[in-house]
Amino acid sequence: MPQMNMVSAIQDGLRLEMAQDERVVVMGEDVGALGGVFRVTAGLQKEFGQERVIDTPLSETGIVGTAIGMALNGLRPVPEIQFGDFIYPAVDQLISEASKYRYRSGGEFACPIVVRVPVGGGIRGGHYHSQSPESMFIHTAGLKVVCPSNPFDAKGLLLAAIRDNDPVLFFEPKRVYRALKTEVPEGDYEVELSSCKIVREGTDVTVLAWGAMLLEALSAAEEVRSKDISAEVIDLRTLWPLDVGVIADSVRKTGRLVVVHEAPKTCGFGSELISLVCEKAFVHLEAPPRRVTGWDTPFPYTLENEYLPLAHRIVPALIETARF
Amino acid sequence: MIYLTPRPEHGPNGEGPGAAGHVMSVLDESGRPDPKTDPQLDLALVKRMYVAMARARSIDQRLTRLQRQGRIGFHVGAEGEEAAIVASAAAMRPQDWLFPCYREVAAALWRGLPLQAYIDNMYGNANDLPLGRQMPDHITGRDVHFASVTAPIGTQITQAVGFSWAGKLRQLDQVTGVYFGDGATSANDFHAGMNFAGVYKTPTVFLLRNNGWAISVPSSNQSACERYADKAIGYGIPAVRCDGNDALAVYKVVDSAVRRAAAGGGPTLVELLTYRLGPHTTSDDPTVYRDKGAVTEAEMRDPIPRLRKYLAGKGAWSEADQQRLDEEVAHDLQQAITRAEEAPAPSIESMFEDVYERVPGHLHEQQAECVAGPRAHKRH
Repeated sequence: MPQMNMVSAIQDGLRLEMAQDERVVVMGEDVGALGGVFRVTAGLQKEFGQERVIDTPLSETGIVGTAIGMALNGLRPVPEIQFGDFIYPAVDQLISEASKYRYRSGGEFACPIVVRVPVGGGIRGGHYHSQSPESMFIHTAGLKVVCPSNPFDAKGLLLAAIRDNDPVLFFEPKRVYRALKTEVPEGDYEVELSSCKIVREGTDVTVLAWGAMLLEALSAAEEVRSKDISAEVIDLRTLWPLDVGVIADSVRKTGRLVVVHEAPKTCGFGSELISLVCEKAFVHLEAPPRRVTGWDTPFPYTLENEYLPLAHRIVPALIETARF
Repeated sequence: MIYLTPRPEHGPNGEGPGAAGHVMSVLDESGRPDPKTDPQLDLALVKRMYVAMARARSIDQRLTRLQRQGRIGFHVGAEGEEAAIVASAAAMRPQDWLFPCYREVAAALWRGLPLQAYIDNMYGNANDLPLGRQMPDHITGRDVHFASVTAPIGTQITQAVGFSWAGKLRQLDQVTGVYFGDGATSANDFHAGMNFAGVYKTPTVFLLRNNGWAISVPSSNQSACERYADKAIGYGIPAVRCDGNDALAVYKVVDSAVRRAAAGGGPTLVELLTYRLGPHTTSDDPTVYRDKGAVTEAEMRDPIPRLRKYLAGKGAWSEADQQRLDEEVAHDLQQAITRAEEAPAPSIESMFEDVYERVPGHLHEQQAECVAGPRAHKRH
């Protein structure tokens, strides 16, 4: 089985689906001749032509708005927003249009688009190349939000997302893009949407993470082992709709919860995860649930490693929660 | 300030890069056709357009009364703009699509949306296609190639461009028309949509209903552009200006734009010069911001009497025809209203459906909570 990084795995998924489904089109800024600023779509235009790998004018509302129209007319567009930080001009199309099209038309229309969005910090990108905007989309009824942490899941989730009949925001943690290689099957496979994965079993504390912070959570879990703390780490993979059963079962077992995410703390997805756990497993809790997140500041350039909830910040939270 | 003047390459209908200097018109205010521009449309077609326009006016008047009586919550009328709406829809072919703003229900009715479906929408009842999830006048019409009505201004423009673009990629013989008002030309999606359409030469017909008003802001305050059609220059898109209260002129320019798009010639911006005789919606009071005199003057250019005079001049419309039509519309409306008022509200369960293709776990939980709630026994 070939080893791939996340860039190659996503590209492999796109190539596979474009080859077997002619309705799939890739579109966005610089995705064609250049192959995207992260090279995720490199070579696809040469292989599938300019009509299916489209270099669009520089307008996020134009990219998402036209992608919605294409989806309404039978295509399966996979638009790319160059950086999550630039998605805001397209938010009207995502929040007012894509998310509501099925609902407001009584199911007459569907809007199957997969918006690929590189997100997150750790690449020295300052606040316009580092944000994690998942909360606002999770908050919007009708959108699905996915964020893989590794190459295998990235390809399998992407294939499942493209075949899904609802609009999906596919957040790609750019810190992970080339950070690791894993075995990725060459052919077709799917990772089911809305399925969490327990990536490390433990008994003392449940850690929820996704995207680039999953690796940090794992390394913190390894570190606290020497202090006799057994952490169970769950990779959310799909943020919404959420596989809440796996999370609640884990907390019923451990009695303790730490949530890790890059986005700012206040109204971050961690708040919702903790509320859900309180609703479903309150009587099992033995310690206050804890958030380890980005601070409530804009994302900083020089001090990004102080901003991000890296392992050095997760470790004390695990110890304090486990020993509460 | 230099404005572009008509260029020699402008076609016979005034189309060309940017705006032609003149405004395409066929009928004068008394309904007499100009032999130089008369498209010589089949009288049966003109009669159908007239009937659809007159029906639209009667429907608007009745719905406004229903709103005042508190029987429906809201209505967006299109009084004065019937020619711009009906004749443009009439020029589209059956396989073509329309992306509406929210004032073009008459276009959906022209394309075959049943009156009952529309009236059910006004009541948001269980038979409403959007199942009461949207305000009145926010219809959806997949079967008649009419996209779902949206309220944010201009968002349908980029979608229509994407839709027509997909038709081109799929090599379909299909043109997409998109309606929007003069206010929408200030919105992001007008710029993005026109720009994308220009670059990718999509088969899109941009139907700009310049009705003079974006709620209370006059079109003169919406843009410093003297002629809205001039905006097309910046996108490399041809434009044509047309008397939007002249059904024959509207049909002619839209038909020409559809043919051009269908032949691979790309998009056209059609500026339909019309006037919103009524309020923005039933929630609006235009007496606060506009002179009655301007409205009275605009009433002289009302598209409906003008087309009626044309038909009468051809011996194709009589007082008796008019009376028969009025009675027929009143009867059809009464029947539809009665049925709509008798229909139940949508089920509580349905509120949680169609958010996603399949109802996910969290919505199942919320649905169960709502159904078991204190108001659940009462269908309101």
